[in-house]
Amino acid sequence: MLLAFDTSTAAVTVAVHDGSSVVGSHAVVDPLRHGELLAPGIVAALDAASVSPRQLTRIVVGVGPGPFTGLRVGIVTARTMGAVLGVPVVGVCSLDVVAVGVAVDEPFVVATDARRKEVYWARYDASGTRLSEPAVAKPSTAAFDGPAAGRGAVLYPESFPRAVAPEYPDASDLARLVGAQRARLLPPEPLYLRRPDVAAPAARKSVL
Amino acid sequence: MADDPLVVGIETSCDETGVGIVQGNTLLADAIASSVEEHARFGGVVPEVASRAHLEAMVPMIERASAEADVALDDVDAIAVTAGPGLAGALLVGVAAAKALALSLGKPLYGVNHLSAHVAVDQLEHGPLPERCVALLVSGGHSSLLLVDDVTAAVEPLGATIDDAAGEAFDKVARLLGLPFPGGPHIDNAAREGGHITLDFPRGLTSNRDLERHRFDFSFSGLKTAVARWVEAREQRGEPVPVADVAASFQEAVCDVLTRKAVDACRATGAGHLVIGGGVAANSRLRVLAEERAARHQIKVRVPRPALCTDNGAMVAALGSELVRRGREPSAWDLPADSSMPVTTVVA
Ligand SMILES: Nc1ncnc2c1ncn2[C@@H]1O[C@H](COP(=O)(O)OP(=O)(O)OP(=O)(O)O)[C@@H](O)[C@H]1O
Repeated sequence: MLLAFDTSTAAVTVAVHDGSSVVGSHAVVDPLRHGELLAPGIVAALDAASVSPRQLTRIVVGVGPGPFTGLRVGIVTARTMGAVLGVPVVGVCSLDVVAVGVAVDEPFVVATDARRKEVYWARYDASGTRLSEPAVAKPSTAAFDGPAAGRGAVLYPESFPRAVAPEYPDASDLARLVGAQRARLLPPEPLYLRRPDVAAPAARKSVL
Repeated sequence: MADDPLVVGIETSCDETGVGIVQGNTLLADAIASSVEEHARFGGVVPEVASRAHLEAMVPMIERASAEADVALDDVDAIAVTAGPGLAGALLVGVAAAKALALSLGKPLYGVNHLSAHVAVDQLEHGPLPERCVALLVSGGHSSLLLVDDVTAAVEPLGATIDDAAGEAFDKVARLLGLPFPGGPHIDNAAREGGHITLDFPRGLTSNRDLERHRFDFSFSGLKTAVARWVEAREQRGEPVPVADVAASFQEAVCDVLTRKAVDACRATGAGHLVIGGGVAANSRLRVLAEERAARHQIKVRVPRPALCTDNGAMVAALGSELVRRGREPSAWDLPADSSMPVTTVVA
């Protein structure tokens, strides 16, 4: 019994997979509330599948790239559940999860929103195999005339004139990918791709 | 369980990743990882660096705490976590981990206030809190006086700093004197050698006029500026800076105001106990002066040992255990991290 989730984009998406198919899922799109939405999403997906946490045998998490704060919510949740339940935790590049949902027969790119007017992106061949390492770049650098999936393609039509679905990763795709043993597995570590912004140490102000 | 709930507490509001386990008022484990060294060269805590460090330290600290306490996580009664106030991104790592723990184990979750936890931790050292006490919380991020009638439900702000926190003042003055970050302990040490000359540094918000409006508030930025001016003038004249003396006089000014107002707050509210918490509570002069002044008014001072004064998971667990014991409502699964959680909210 596999629990899959991804918090690397504005979508907080969860799925439960029993080895042959997805038996429960839950998704919400809200860019700023990953910390609030993930746990209720997991509870809802498990309930829909009538599965208790104890029955899980494996946890899969999208490891980005994606905005750091939301990304960490998913990864720390996966690692903690794995440690407590004593089950293995694996990661999958979140761009690969978007790629699973792309239904075209030609090479394509996946570009997600990296904020600061940049995208996280990678290239895929017609069969959906990733051809480049995930990277962060200006849309103009990643520009592609062919099909482009992900929120980045929707946000930057000048660089990605042929936006195609899906816009966000879907944990059901993630679960199926891993269930079918077609995923490129990674350790459950965030793909930050950017160094921390150290320009401004936190102003230690009273909050009272 | 009713009297001695077994609770795991998680703290990630700033640069310490803490996981503590308590059973009632007994401390079983207090695992802590700090990213303070990674921040030292920036002279302050860098939020993203702290958040990354929390992610890496979380599972190791959970495992260390449960090994240290020698308890199976399955046996715990609840999970408590700091929900605020603090750095938003840092808080979120702890809150997400606590939810993962609670939902995996099928246990209730309590998202608690960091400041109440700083007060509740004293129960691990000195037993149940009295009916009414005043708490002086002084750290790098806070300087407040609270009236605590019930640490699980009734915490009221009496006053707070209107500019720098006390620990922040220690850190800034240390920097000025060329001492390493965090500066509190270094000033404390340097001051032991000082006192040959006494410098008359200002006591913020203690004039009669200020006392009318700010009786229980603090201000340390004027003090910091006064120290900076004094040091600069010395340097301009090409004279050496007597680090120990400056440290001693600065420390005296901070401790004088903190203890004077804390004792005044106890007397004004009829509280017979003063609890001191937060990193600055480790200060040796603050402890001595507080004891001295409180004793004159038959007020008892309770200061936990330094390891429990700085941010840690045990304090969160201590508050969590008290919440369970009193049958308080747990938090919902959509508990948010609240970087500016008001002090009056004990459980979110
Ligand atoms: N002996 C001491 N004398 C004075 N200040 C001290 C002493 N020891 C530590 N400090 C100060 O305490 C502060 C650290 O406090 P603490 O560990 O509670 O962390 P914090 O992140 O500031 O806490 P919070 O999140 O509660 O604001 C630092 O500013 C440090 O200089």
